Amino acid sequence: MPNSNDEPGTRETGRVELAVVGAGPAGLAAAVTAADHGLDVVLLDAAAAPGGQYYRSPAEGLGATRPGALHHDWPTFTELSARLAAHRDTGTIRHLTGHQVWTVERTGDGDWILHAVTGADEEVRTAVRARRMLLATGAHERQLPFPGWTLPGVVGAAGAQAMLKSGLVLLGSRIVVAGSGPLLQAVALSLTRAGARVPALVEAAGYGAYARAPRVLAANPGKAAEGARFAAELAGARVRVLSHRAVTEVHGDERVEAVTVSRVDRRWRPVPGTGRRIACDALAVGHGLMPQLDLAVAAGCGTRPGPDGTHAVTLDEQLRTTVPGVWAAGESGGIGGVELALCEGELAALSVVREIRGGVRGREARRAVALRRSRRRLRAFADLMGAVHRPGPGWREWLTDGTEVCRCEEVGAGRIRTACEELGAGDTRTVKLLTRAGMGWCQGRTCGFAVRELAAAHGGGQEPGGPDRRPLACPVKLSTLADLSGPG
Amino acid sequence: MRRTRARTPAELVGAAPETEFQLTFDGRPVRALPGQTIAAALWSAGILTWRTTRVHGRPRGAFCGIGACYDCLATVNGRPNQRACLLPAAPGDTVMTQEGDGHAELER
Repeated sequence: MPNSNDEPGTRETGRVELAVVGAGPAGLAAAVTAADHGLDVVLLDAAAAPGGQYYRSPAEGLGATRPGALHHDWPTFTELSARLAAHRDTGTIRHLTGHQVWTVERTGDGDWILHAVTGADEEVRTAVRARRMLLATGAHERQLPFPGWTLPGVVGAAGAQAMLKSGLVLLGSRIVVAGSGPLLQAVALSLTRAGARVPALVEAAGYGAYARAPRVLAANPGKAAEGARFAAELAGARVRVLSHRAVTEVHGDERVEAVTVSRVDRRWRPVPGTGRRIACDALAVGHGLMPQLDLAVAAGCGTRPGPDGTHAVTLDEQLRTTVPGVWAAGESGGIGGVELALCEGELAALSVVREIRGGVRGREARRAVALRRSRRRLRAFADLMGAVHRPGPGWREWLTDGTEVCRCEEVGAGRIRTACEELGAGDTRTVKLLTRAGMGWCQGRTCGFAVRELAAAHGGGQEPGGPDRRPLACPVKLSTLADLSGPG
Repeated sequence: MRRTRARTPAELVGAAPETEFQLTFDGRPVRALPGQTIAAALWSAGILTWRTTRVHGRPRGAFCGIGACYDCLATVNGRPNQRACLLPAAPGDTVMTQEGDGHAELER
């Protein structure tokens, strides 16, 4: 029962059949599918409105009459939102907005308790007790450091997109988009549609690499067509697409004034003497996405490395994790995009229904078969995409000793090199203990991939297989933590 | 999706915002629209920096834009370490550049 308001403490909900974490495409699809089949569902999400990062939309007060203008496939989202609203009205789904789940624990009788905080000051703490848990926690952007990337005016490509979609703002008027991965094309197009000039899209990999998997391409004609549409529209918006190139330096004192773009070889090694300066007032940069695994790892779910170099939750054909009672869908199981997330969300929910009922009827069984087939096809494309855009080892050569790798603790590449070469660190953990890289506010979310690669290269050591472990999915106050073990 | 090219994001989505309001950043007035985060309001005013780092005192602002990197920490209404990219702006908010860990006053 809820505690009285004048007493700090945790509000607890009654036990539900299914808790879904994350209201992005996968979580939304899962929640409404489960509710369609009569399950009582709690949907927890950190944001104020459903949609996740992909279907982020302008806040209500901004009065957008055409929110879909910033999105691909907006009707899918409006349909899911309408189903969510209907289930909220009947009480089948309790949608807890603004609830950041920071940890999960299992009770003695096999239920899950999901602990969430609400508000900038963790004013409200909530504990949701659920028989089963479905994790659709999405992804965050993968970043690689380069000289000047901490200068104001350099932002994540996904971040520029998020700020545009939710706040209708641009960080500059002449924005270079750089890094690697298909997200860059979408970001460049959004920025130009919204009035910015994008002088260049700088891609470290080459799009030609997709052609090496003709069977995967043939099975996904929609993806190839989308690529062609992007290319045509980028040309129409006068965006120069520079592949096999990378931003190797950012210029400016207090903010971005220009970037140097250099040619890179197949291993992403910058080719000396090829640098060209491009004037701009901002840089939106990203090197693909990384699954957000904190809660899955906290729950004890197994993970596996993917062809893109990130770790993802290990899933079977029924989207079950290695822990009984825990399912995952969408980017948590490997970066694959919105179409795959929608497919997996629905499939995971059907799998939960199947387990509760001990089977599903004809129509649902056929639907599940079709979804599994789509999933295999889309996962094959995702694996191809991941391999094409996986950062090559040569990126390390564009670092200088002074290039900050860990933004939080301001640790330069030189200090990490010293820790590895002179002090013998050969893995992320030892580098962290010696240099504080990854020990700051973001808990290594931003620099984790880079530090891992640097440690592996310099130390020559073998990085232990798993992803970074973060017992808490976000920083919380000590009082919130203490409340876990305190009187309920 | 419409393949239009607008002059501003607001024009692109046909925004008809509710009445704008004011907050202050380091004492100077900044306009914000209802629903915008602190970071969005600051970007609109051309401000990209609202924190200096603990070690080297370097300027920082929003980076990841989704609340994951904690680079955009600001002191809002006297409370340090607020993620400006997540926190909705409210009329009369006092936003201050956060220096270091934002707790300098406690250490005095």
